Amino acid sequence: MDPDTTLRVDGVTHHLDLDPRASLLDTLRQRLGVMSPKKGCDHGQCGACTVLVDGRRVLACLSLAVAQDGHEITTADGLSEDGADHPVHRAFVEEDALQCGYCTPGQVCSAVGALDEFARGWPSAVTTDVAADPELDDAEIAERMSGNLCRCGAYKGIRAAVADAHREVSR
Amino acid sequence: MTDTDMTGTDMTPALAPHAIGRDLARRDGAAKVRGTAFYADESPVENPVYCRIVASTIARGRAVSVDTGEAEGLDGVLAVLTPATAERLASTSDAELAVLQDDRVGFRGQIVGAVVAESFEVARDAAARVRVEYEVAAHDAALSADRDDLYTPDQVNPTYETDTAQGDMAAAMASAPVTLERTYTTPMLHNNPMEPHATTALWEPDRGAGALTLYDSTQGVHPVRSTVAAVLGLDEDQVRVVCPYVGGGFGSKGMPHANTVLAAMAARAVPGRPVRVALTRQQMFSLAGYRTPTIQQVQLAAQRDGALDGIAIDVVEQTSRIKEFAEQTGVPTRNMYAAPNRRTTHRLAALDVPVPSWMRAPGECPGMFGPEVALDELAAELGMDPVELRIRNEPDVDPETGKPFSTRNLVACLRRGAEQFGWPGRDPRPGVRLEGGWWIGTGVASATYPVYRMPVSTAVIGYSGGRYVARIGAADIGTGAWTVLPQIAADALGVPVQEVEVLIGDTEYPPASVAGGSSGTTTWGSALVAAAEQFRGKFGADPHEGDEIEASVPENAASERFAMHAYGAHFAEVAVHADTGEVRVPRLHGTFAAGRIVNPRLARSQLLGGMTMGLGMALMEDSVLDPRTGHVVNHDLAEYHVATNADVADLRADWVHEDDPHVNPMGSKGIGEIGIVGTAAAVANAAWHATGVRVRDLPLTLDKVLPPA
Ligand code: FES
Ligand code: FES
Repeated sequence: MDPDTTLRVDGVTHHLDLDPRASLLDTLRQRLGVMSPKKGCDHGQCGACTVLVDGRRVLACLSLAVAQDGHEITTADGLSEDGADHPVHRAFVEEDALQCGYCTPGQVCSAVGALDEFARGWPSAVTTDVAADPELDDAEIAERMSGNLCRCGAYKGIRAAVADAHREVSR
Repeated sequence: MTDTDMTGTDMTPALAPHAIGRDLARRDGAAKVRGTAFYADESPVENPVYCRIVASTIARGRAVSVDTGEAEGLDGVLAVLTPATAERLASTSDAELAVLQDDRVGFRGQIVGAVVAESFEVARDAAARVRVEYEVAAHDAALSADRDDLYTPDQVNPTYETDTAQGDMAAAMASAPVTLERTYTTPMLHNNPMEPHATTALWEPDRGAGALTLYDSTQGVHPVRSTVAAVLGLDEDQVRVVCPYVGGGFGSKGMPHANTVLAAMAARAVPGRPVRVALTRQQMFSLAGYRTPTIQQVQLAAQRDGALDGIAIDVVEQTSRIKEFAEQTGVPTRNMYAAPNRRTTHRLAALDVPVPSWMRAPGECPGMFGPEVALDELAAELGMDPVELRIRNEPDVDPETGKPFSTRNLVACLRRGAEQFGWPGRDPRPGVRLEGGWWIGTGVASATYPVYRMPVSTAVIGYSGGRYVARIGAADIGTGAWTVLPQIAADALGVPVQEVEVLIGDTEYPPASVAGGSSGTTTWGSALVAAAEQFRGKFGADPHEGDEIEASVPENAASERFAMHAYGAHFAEVAVHADTGEVRVPRLHGTFAAGRIVNPRLARSQLLGGMTMGLGMALMEDSVLDPRTGHVVNHDLAEYHVATNADVADLRADWVHEDDPHVNPMGSKGIGEIGIVGTAAAVANAAWHATGVRVRDLPLTLDKVLPPA
């Protein structure tokens, strides 16, 4: 077993003795009982396990937990410090951007990460002028959210929800 | 309730809609967006252990020795199950569920061993160290229509006649002025719900009732309980199945598969410890069911004005040699269009392949592809508008049974959909619109799905704490039952929807049917309405704390007199890149007639979700089974492509108002499946209109639309 690893998860500090083979996803779910991130493929192909590591989108199934020593992990359940709903949460419910809900926590984290990337002026594959400030139109949202599969096909609602949340946070 | 016939005066459904029809947000939405709604693999248990499957690497033969020595030597391994050591099951009549009962291998990926360990990492490591020696037998995994061993199943799913004939189809083909005969194929397709099939099982032998608890990812807790109890030889009351939330299923979680039985066996090997079994995404391609590939030979015989003299579909598809599943691909052709001569047949090849099963709209979904593309080909041949050709062949009564339709609004869907999509004035010529390097075209296809009502479902309604609480062991697989059932119960009780709670997803609640066949709202809703009526009849409008009553879904006498189906019209715009052949779908529109819509917000999600899955079927979904190995080579989400966000452009679903007094008290028809039904044909027809290339084999990948080099 590896020496002590420190993970901060949704604001709580954990000191753990970890199997070096354990992914961040399995550590969250199986060691810490943090079930918000889901396992859809375990191979970085679906996005269901998306969490924020120091504010950036990360696939928890492709990340070894020991490599996250000292980092701040945020799941869809820990997005607001006071436990209240995040604008992205509210927008997803309002736009019915989910059905079975299994991809949803990953979509929510991905949306928060994508909005932050956008706010920093990061271009995407569909940004035509990478030097200009991009417009967050439907195509930009679709592109930036395409790492998260939804077999229920809630994509239209997801795009609407991300647009709503963007309007709310940038107001 | 009113159940008047067509001559009656009361032509609206029995229940006056107040909560029904309201655009309410999903009740379980808040928990799902945070990820706190719990699924089977995250059920609240103490100190779980993990079970990992060892899967066969051959398609047929025997696992003559399973060497567990190295695996058992690992720290943390609690049990290794093999064909030699696993408990003997009470019933092995269902070969798919006869897990580890002998050493025979019937398909690649079958369970030949399993490891239970204290941690997931150790279980995975140990499973990789189990050494299996095989005696390999020659296998056969290649479907073709030319096989000489195709056979006729006794019936097709669920209980339809295998073959039907009316009039003389051969004579119609010989005499009609215009005939068309084409072969269409749809590939093997996998449901791939985002939540892999999973079970958490706990065996507490001293408990008697409830000794076995299964948190199972399922579309029906009661069907799982009765199946598992029979397989294990337990009384039903010894088994409790819990499943409040399901991460999708689309049919694959409709019937229990091997993982559920394995979880129970593994739990019985380590009593008192909860065991978690979750299929890997790769294992989902062999152990969780799939849609059979289909080969459809379609014949159309028509007059020059478009009137069909005959329509026929002869289907060849596969099943597994170890267990039969016969998809009812030819069934929708039996009553979709008027034609005096008609034939439908189904032939199966029994192969050494995984067991096929339900996938969203079994029968209708693949079975509307061939005929709806054939109609498009016929329209082109006749120089007729494809929308008008369909309307030209609208039947007055069900052409198969002669019964009137309870309601049938296909024509309204076609007309309204055409209007909304901007179809009128369409230039019918294919391959003439090149815009910015893309060939552009539009296409149409019809959709249908039957109204099913399951025979068994019971609801309890009680009054407690100033609220009405109903309980029924139903399932919400993303369909919205948590939200929609309270709307129905509220209207049946005549109270505001906030005063009603409906609890589902647990065998502690009364028996309910599987969430399948788009039958949930009809079946469970009818049980709730019956219970509400009896509740009011017995306790009046002012019940006392603790008053409670139970009632079951009644039979629907009207189903003897009427044919009952939902209908839809799909319209697609397709763009095909002139140089690369890349196929995109900038617009997809569906107009549906599915009775009264109980919750527009959630209904739209269902319809759009079906259309999105249909888009995947049209453009990319294709399980490639290598006949040399019996292996689905693209067995993960990197290689089996499902539509992602950027694949879905302008997607719209709408419906026509439809009052159907005959289907059920709500006046609703199922909407979970019809959205997928016509999508692929509409896209294929639009691709032809864009390019002039007729693709008859799904999916519409670029190699098929590019002109030959
Ligand atoms: S579970 Fe991590 S990407 Fe699918
Ligand atoms: S909501 Fe079911 S997979 Fe996205």
